Amino acid sequence: MSPARKVLNSAAVLVLLAAANYAIEHGVGDFQLNPYYARILNLIGINITLAVSLNLINGLAGQFSIGHAGFMAVGGYTAAYITVSAGARIAGLLGGTLAGGPGAAAAMIVSLTGGALAAALAGVVVGIPSLRLKGDYLAIVTLGFGEIIRVVILNIPAVGGATGYTDAIPITNVFWIFLVAILTIVIVRNIASSTFGRALATIRDDEIAAEAVGINTTRYKVLAFVVSAALAGVAGGLSGQLFANPLSPQNFNFVKSIEIIVMIVIGGIGSITGAVVGATALTILPEALRGFDQQFPGLRMVVYSLLLIGFMIFRPQGLFGRREFGLHWFGWPNRTKIPVALTDTADARAHTPQRPVDRRGTLGGSDTDD
Amino acid sequence: MDTLLQQIINGLSLGAIYALIALGYTMVYGVLRLINFAHGDVYMIGAFAGYYLANAMNLDANPSILGTIAVTMGSMAICAAIGVLIERLAYRPVRHHSRLTALITAIGVSLLLEYGGQVVFGAAPRFFPQMIRSEIYSWGGAQITNQNLLIIVVSLVVMFGLQFIVHRTKIGKAMRATSYNLNVAKLMGINTDRVIAFTFALGSALAAVGGVMVALAIPRIDPLMGLMTGLKAFVAAVLGGIGNIPGAMIGGMLIGLMETWLGATAYSTYRDAVAFGVLILILIIRPAGIMGTAATEKV
Repeated sequence: MSPARKVLNSAAVLVLLAAANYAIEHGVGDFQLNPYYARILNLIGINITLAVSLNLINGLAGQFSIGHAGFMAVGGYTAAYITVSAGARIAGLLGGTLAGGPGAAAAMIVSLTGGALAAALAGVVVGIPSLRLKGDYLAIVTLGFGEIIRVVILNIPAVGGATGYTDAIPITNVFWIFLVAILTIVIVRNIASSTFGRALATIRDDEIAAEAVGINTTRYKVLAFVVSAALAGVAGGLSGQLFANPLSPQNFNFVKSIEIIVMIVIGGIGSITGAVVGATALTILPEALRGFDQQFPGLRMVVYSLLLIGFMIFRPQGLFGRREFGLHWFGWPNRTKIPVALTDTADARAHTPQRPVDRRGTLGGSDTDD
Repeated sequence: MDTLLQQIINGLSLGAIYALIALGYTMVYGVLRLINFAHGDVYMIGAFAGYYLANAMNLDANPSILGTIAVTMGSMAICAAIGVLIERLAYRPVRHHSRLTALITAIGVSLLLEYGGQVVFGAAPRFFPQMIRSEIYSWGGAQITNQNLLIIVVSLVVMFGLQFIVHRTKIGKAMRATSYNLNVAKLMGINTDRVIAFTFALGSALAAVGGVMVALAIPRIDPLMGLMTGLKAFVAAVLGGIGNIPGAMIGGMLIGLMETWLGATAYSTYRDAVAFGVLILILIIRPAGIMGTAATEKV
């Protein structure tokens, strides 16, 4: 793509988003979007950001993290705190207010950047020790860090502690939510088709081989983790300033992390298209089930869990596997260069060399007594 | 001195609960290399099964030791059946997939039991009938209730019982063989499917014992009670060295002592985080746990 075309495309996206935002907020002629549907649309955008960012670390790098809600919480609280404490002053510098216009935009950009940086920092702190571990141990440690983050936030009185952050100001709108979602998709897609992405794919498929060919596995894993955390932080910043109801640590618990995982599992771990489809489907599905959920509380999660188990048994690769949507579906040349793993095929799996079994955790100790 | 002794007793009582559940985690992990996330929820089902059985037998009005034993046995049988069912329907179909697939399945089963429990039992907490009247024993200025004493004794008995089964019986030998190498065990004529089913039945029955015992001491039961307790018990199993039966006991006791100690300090609100903090430290410093054996990765 030529630079001029890039600028043109970006401008077109911004104009379209601004127009959509205006249409939703002010209506077009007689048509006014039901606030309930507007709310679902917003949630879809935020969930796309969350799912695509988690897909970077879980899908592309193959490091299974289940603490994504923790980073979302760090970003959400930081962004909301920045807006509450400095938002009006930032808007004032541009001669505006938080109600709208360039002032609100400046506050939004500053608060989201702050949220992203805080979440990235949390990503470094969590990532460096955790990413020494693999597989299920990594999963349980990221879960642990997610819970620790939640408990720490519960104990910060400046942001409301256990009662929630009631001061948070709702300044998010469709424009920002979908701008972030699109940026996230572009960032993750570009990472996937770069040298960085190829290194991650190598680590995912065979970490020892990756090390042997000179890839600094720790550095790449931590970097992917930090980018993923920062994007989750931005999503948190958007959702934390979306509604008038308070930010509560309870919104960012273990179940929230699982919800994001279900999205990428259903879409297909490793596929950006899959993450987008999964996020959209799993935002609409619970709303469609809302009637049942009120009758039988908990039914929504029952459906989620059955979906999760069903997909694992019958289609562990998810809806899309690692395929991506693109113009090549319609016969155009495929210009994206996201590496597809050899392990995708049964043939490759059959030829993977067998390594000695890890004896760690053998029942009754590995030294036999008889 | 008295308060220290009292704290230790409280910590050991709490730790014995974690230990009872950790034993089930450690066994399943030992045989299948699977974190059975649903184990904590089987413990919850054990408590609810006990609740319905005890009410059906009207034990609240006529407490009896014999009745308590019958309720525990009934709950064990129900949970063993559920454990085998979970293994057959959810885990066996994904056994030949990657370990991550199995892990996600386990998370799914756990959620299914938690929220299925909310749909079936209702989300509101229930109160477990007092099958054994509470008594308090005082000793050297420290106090312990008979229920807590029971938990400690039962968890010790269970630990020694398990150690015996794993090391001194034929099925135990088969379990160790399956754990060491599933395919070779199969070649040696071991019915590994049956061994794995037995492991799940045993582990789930232990979770049921835990559920009933805990409900005796802390009568408030709800469908999400297994979530946090289960996670902490898993931490206990890792702390002690996963796959190691006495290790699970030691890990559970340590977590219980630490939580009780922290609960008595100014940082009591951080209580829920301590288990995870310990887990992170242990996995970074000594990934094999206290009693575990280290493994090196070979190519």
